[in-house]
Amino acid sequence: MERIIFYILAAVTVIGTLCAITARQAVRAIVYLVTSFFALALIFYLLGAPFVAALEVIIYAGAIMVLFLFVIMMVEVASPEKLAKPALSDWWPALALVLVVVASLTVLVAGQAPPVPGAGAQTVRQFSQVLFTRYGVAIELVSMQLLFALVGALYLGRRR
Amino acid sequence: MTIPLYEVLILASILFAMGLACVVAWRANVIMMLIGIEIMLNAVMLTFVGGSAHWGIAEGQVFSLMIMALTSAEVSLALAMVAYLHRRKQSVDTDDFSSMKG
Repeated sequence: MERIIFYILAAVTVIGTLCAITARQAVRAIVYLVTSFFALALIFYLLGAPFVAALEVIIYAGAIMVLFLFVIMMVEVASPEKLAKPALSDWWPALALVLVVVASLTVLVAGQAPPVPGAGAQTVRQFSQVLFTRYGVAIELVSMQLLFALVGALYLGRRR
Repeated sequence: MTIPLYEVLILASILFAMGLACVVAWRANVIMMLIGIEIMLNAVMLTFVGGSAHWGIAEGQVFSLMIMALTSAEVSLALAMVAYLHRRKQSVDTDDFSSMKG
């Protein structure tokens, strides 16, 4: 049952991302990407990470995508001409890279036995205990990094 | 654990390859390049969460949280830079920012 749900969600994610990277306008790409991120959040939930799933919806599909939409609308109101869509010749190197990645993946899957699974799923309680005891310094570093990003964005965005 | 690790890894690498294709194919547009980077970082997060579920340890989820914080910092700075560049040259085309002839 879980595997069927996983396959459906994987199909939604892949198709949404595919529509996003081939969309004609950037706003449509963002909307497709929000769909893809919702499906990805459900995959995280299936994999036993409900906290990461909630943060994926809140931060990715909520905050970051709205930030993208805000900047895209600001840019397109100021200069409404269409951006150049990549020509067919631009897609060839991308297709070559995709083929390399997929071929190496096939070699990986065909060549090895699956690794031994460990014990049990993680509850949010265990996750937060690990996060705030063993990785407390990392939490402090991340908060400093977010503060620096805030100051940098304010500096770049001010009017002179 | 009912979802095999390899299927999660296959989905993550397909997502990563599509993000890479987005960055390479849309290299004339700054915003679409940023979207490609977002897709790639999501694929990496899926890899971490899949490993965390497979081996039953919480470190993968911790690192996906770190990646999420890194992404929000990176996106806020990069979009501020896009707004700044658009204010200077009224464009988000990377070919317009070639004054250093690099």
